[in-house]
Amino acid sequence: MTQGGPAAPGPSAPGKDPGRGSRALGNRGVLVSSASTVLFFTIIAVVVVLAPGSGVVAERFFSPSHLWQSLVGSEGLPSVLGAFLLNVQIFMVSEVFILILALIIAVVRGIPGPVFFPFRLVAVAYTDLFRGVPLILVLYMIGFGVPGLGLGFVSYLPDVTYGVISLVLVYSAYVAEVYRAGIESVHESQNAAARSLGLTRWQSLRFVVLPQAIRRVIPPLLNDFIGLQKDTALVSVLGSIEAARAAQIYGASEFNYASYVVAALLFVLITIPLARFTDRLIARDKRRREAGALA
Amino acid sequence: MRERGILIGLLLAVLLLVGCGGTSAESGSKDSKASCDLDNPSLFEKGQLTVATDKPAYPPWFKGSPKDYSGYEGNIASEIAKRMDLPIKWTVEPFNKSYAPGAKDFDFDINQITITPEREQVVDFSDGYFDNAQGVLVMKDSPAAEAKSVSDLKDFTIGAQVGTTGLDFVNETVKPTEDPKVYDSTNDAKSALESGQIDVFVTDLVTTVYLRDFEIEGSTVIGKYPRNEQFGMLFEQGNPLVDCVNQVLGEMKSDGTLKKLEQKHLQQYLDVATLEK
Repeated sequence: MTQGGPAAPGPSAPGKDPGRGSRALGNRGVLVSSASTVLFFTIIAVVVVLAPGSGVVAERFFSPSHLWQSLVGSEGLPSVLGAFLLNVQIFMVSEVFILILALIIAVVRGIPGPVFFPFRLVAVAYTDLFRGVPLILVLYMIGFGVPGLGLGFVSYLPDVTYGVISLVLVYSAYVAEVYRAGIESVHESQNAAARSLGLTRWQSLRFVVLPQAIRRVIPPLLNDFIGLQKDTALVSVLGSIEAARAAQIYGASEFNYASYVVAALLFVLITIPLARFTDRLIARDKRRREAGALA
Repeated sequence: MRERGILIGLLLAVLLLVGCGGTSAESGSKDSKASCDLDNPSLFEKGQLTVATDKPAYPPWFKGSPKDYSGYEGNIASEIAKRMDLPIKWTVEPFNKSYAPGAKDFDFDINQITITPEREQVVDFSDGYFDNAQGVLVMKDSPAAEAKSVSDLKDFTIGAQVGTTGLDFVNETVKPTEDPKVYDSTNDAKSALESGQIDVFVTDLVTTVYLRDFEIEGSTVIGKYPRNEQFGMLFEQGNPLVDCVNQVLGEMKSDGTLKKLEQKHLQQYLDVATLEK
């Protein structure tokens, strides 16, 4: 059945004989995968290039002069790159608050004992509410609602601040669940052992449970932060010009979408390092755990 | 066996695509501009004039229900349809989509779109049907209400709507010290002005006066600033219908119909002093 030579184009087609052993099959695998890859991307290229409107799309989305103009900005039009700095700032500030607030929520949700029931209730209600409401609606409610209340300084904060508050509220709900998963993955015996050594409940949580829990959830945490990086673009509905908005302004003025491509590339550029870093952490964690299991 | 099948499938797909890609590229070439044939105009849908605008459509540009718009722009479009002897059909076209590549699903879009040279490279515009000026809206009790000229506005927080020439005016003429705040809709800018997030809202004159008179209590329009701008109807580039519409619009201008519509719908919004530079 593996006489697949003729199907794979190329000057030489090894592996005609099914009995040649694993090395031959390996070569054949390489050949098949290359052929498959070439064909696959050829199809995509053919579809894109031969589409009737490809010339228009190339001009409207990938015109080099528009790409450059929107990146650096011009007289009267904001620079997408400059505006992107706001995304980075929003991300950095929000991330710190999210890590803290989410941890508090996760810990509160795990406190045992009937006295703490109302606290647990609040924590559960919080995560249910803010995981359920779309971020953009929270942004509208906080960003246009709170200033409308006329409540002294609370109502006169800069719009970016309301954006950060909304991001923190929504993302803390997600991240709290990630923390909780980590905390619950630490075996109860760890806590019991710590308590039997005389640690208080708080000390056991602080020195035994949380360090293990957090290490385990770093990859999913980073995953959420990649999402956060992208969602900083939504803060623009409150008025500030971040990358996506700068792109929109350019597009509406020049009737060209190249600015959106530039903004997209900037987001990808900043997301990829974080994604690779996450991969590395996952791999390292796996190695450690496997080493631990052997020991 | 399965591998081979997939490979052959991919190969066939390439051949097939090359085949039909070639033909569709040929048939996709469009005939170039022709002059207007009013008896047999080229229409998006046969036997009716399909006219697009954004949703929500704001008065006094549009009034009534989307099935049967009146208002200044609503009446212009229906008058054009009437003179071309066609029934009118309204559709919704978000502004951001109106300049997307590809075929348009309307005959023209009438949505307070300013004619600019940059935009004309991508779409076609009819002749102008309204001379637009920018209006400057502030709250009466704000220090911005004291501003007498454009340069007095420099140090205030200014808001504008994305994609408007009001925003261009802010960036190119006012050049404020602080970046302007940019909103998706008139409604968002209105909330921001009411709650003090911005001191000044700049948009087209008619809209500012409308907001002052009907929407934002305690607001005032401190002046207008003409920038030699005109609103035009937006067409797909190369659409021969532009000539027909221009012909009809020319008639409406010369017989006074356009002026009458302007007086009827917009007069009360245009009586504002001009700001010094």
